[in-house]
Amino acid sequence: MAAGLIRLAHGSGGLLTQELVHSLFVRTLGDEELSRLLDAAVLDHSSALQAGSRLAMTTDAYVVDPLEFPGGDIGKLAVCGTVNDLAATAAQPLWMSAAWILEEGLEIERLRRLVFSMKEAAAEAGIRLVTGDTKVVPHGLAGGAYIGAAGVGIIPPGRDVGPHRIQPGDAILVNGTLGDHGMAIMLLREGISMDTPIESDCAPLNGLVEALFEVGISVHCLRDATRGGVGAVLCELALQSGLGMIVHEEALPVREAVAAACEILGLDPLFVANEGKMVAFLPASEAERALAVWRAHPYGRGAALIGEVAPGKPIVRLRTTIGSERQVRLPAGELLPRIC
Amino acid sequence: MLGGERGEVLGQYRSAEACRGLVRSIERLADGLRTARFMEFCGGHTHAIMRHGLRGLLPPNIELLSGPGCPVCVTAQADVDRALAFARLEGVTVATFGDMVRVPGSGGSLQEARALGADVRVVYSPLDAVALARSLRSRQVVFLAVGFETTAPGVAAALLQARKEGLANFSVFSLLKATPPSMCAIAQAGEVRLDGVIGPGHVSTVIGAKAWEFLPRDYGIGCAVAGFEPTDILLGVLELLRMVRRREPAVANCYPRSVREGGNAIAQQLIAAAFQLVDVEWRGLGFIPASGLKLAPDLAEFDAEHRFALPKATGEQGAHTACRCGEVLRGVLEPPACPLFANACTPERPVGPCMVSSEGACAAYYELGAA
Repeated sequence: MAAGLIRLAHGSGGLLTQELVHSLFVRTLGDEELSRLLDAAVLDHSSALQAGSRLAMTTDAYVVDPLEFPGGDIGKLAVCGTVNDLAATAAQPLWMSAAWILEEGLEIERLRRLVFSMKEAAAEAGIRLVTGDTKVVPHGLAGGAYIGAAGVGIIPPGRDVGPHRIQPGDAILVNGTLGDHGMAIMLLREGISMDTPIESDCAPLNGLVEALFEVGISVHCLRDATRGGVGAVLCELALQSGLGMIVHEEALPVREAVAAACEILGLDPLFVANEGKMVAFLPASEAERALAVWRAHPYGRGAALIGEVAPGKPIVRLRTTIGSERQVRLPAGELLPRIC
Repeated sequence: MLGGERGEVLGQYRSAEACRGLVRSIERLADGLRTARFMEFCGGHTHAIMRHGLRGLLPPNIELLSGPGCPVCVTAQADVDRALAFARLEGVTVATFGDMVRVPGSGGSLQEARALGADVRVVYSPLDAVALARSLRSRQVVFLAVGFETTAPGVAAALLQARKEGLANFSVFSLLKATPPSMCAIAQAGEVRLDGVIGPGHVSTVIGAKAWEFLPRDYGIGCAVAGFEPTDILLGVLELLRMVRRREPAVANCYPRSVREGGNAIAQQLIAAAFQLVDVEWRGLGFIPASGLKLAPDLAEFDAEHRFALPKATGEQGAHTACRCGEVLRGVLEPPACPLFANACTPERPVGPCMVSSEGACAAYYELGAA
């Protein structure tokens, strides 16, 4: 039985480590560069780089609990998170690393599932897993598995996105429903079941972003709306761009089940985490075209125009469905359900 | 299982058209009236009013004041300190609702105590605390019960369950409170002139709309018990305006889909079985007679205050001197008028409890302030 579990010896650097690396990681991930097992991945970038292109690099840690959830798992999440961070800078993702911190006692079959899921997500996104590391910590010190990931991508010449390019009048788009990931995790953790199950939206969005550039949309800014949700992204970008934002409550896409669960827990879907949502700022004159492009993409079917950038104070204002207006501010601390 | 019909069910209570109709009726009745001041007792109402931007829809001669209806906010500083003292006892696990862990006491918050090694757990239901006691047999689990009549039946059920199972490592530190005495204290003090009260919808579901009859009878103040959707609250305001116009204060049940005249008899029986009314201190309101729900004598063995001898408080008593939560809770001060508001006191670094709780007036004004 113990043979099916991760033991401290799997992290000792000896035979068991080698076996784990070869038979599980290298075999499952199947990348040519990874399989050479050099101290560092050696990458040929001659085909990717052109004059005027720039490199983008990102890093993130993944600690989701539980490790597997409806719509994804920590392996897929690590790839999507890395890819989406790169895509938000308009970069085309190329290479990534993954350092796994495994907890003693993790089932090896489960680890295999997670690594396989990582491979599938990477294949879909077209990013290569070229280097990695494995450490094992004693039971109780990590929630089964943590992943530290880094990614590198290339920004083709001529692309410049960021808060500095946001203009008054820009349209604000999002590619689909808000809060699916956060609510899927929260309901699972709290053991609440719904008539309609909620799945995480965990997905690699580089294709969705590329689709905008392919048709020549002049994208001003992109932001991956993960922790803190779309609300946090808008508040941050208002400050970073020095411009105001107006959001229309009626236009916010929220699944019925997510809305119902948020009502019960006293949460605002605007601030619930996503793992497959990109917020885009672009000229209002191109908004309809961008929406059509997104809606034709598998990860953009629920795309919506949710608001616009306004001159004036760098705050986010919400126009409610009943015709009133209030300011949207970052919530403090953890998202906690109300108590009575 | 939860229903997936939020769109149909909630939609009608958030309909823009229905809201516009109610606002037009309110405008007609308010026309030519001197300023009418209505207190929304419940922090949930304050939150909903801010979240839906309802103040901006009302005519300027209608003022809404927030009241004391936030259980975390009205918890006295001395009680927060006692909760901290429980958490610092060797072998004790404190279980409580989320907001409570962030309220600053004289020497830090439960959250800070947890960071320093105390075992503080957030639970969503009192029965979760009982389950925790079952799974932590070697430790004493103290459930810090904060809430009003809405929370009390659940705590009562947890206590009765613990007694049935003979769970010797479970106890309750009850800071539960009864709401009508606090409204009575505010009316009696006469610090603010009130033309009406928007009665708490969830509390009244338990205690019944008739629990508020003392307001028109003894103080000439009308009360409209209301739900928490925009149309519910606007309907409550409209009813109160009608009473003001006719000079006929009464109790109106504007939340009949949840509230009955006599309330929920089963919940009331549970409260009566588990608790006795005693005089307790409310933040901002002082000691209020027969307003605290302490454990009934035959449940004394589950009363954390009986089970543990707490060390005496250590000098640095009392709240932050400039904190004006007390006045906010009495409806005397609007949160933005407090000098600490959004300066020294924010939800990230709260000085007073009204900035902590999701039902606190200061937090609602800060996070959902009108644009």
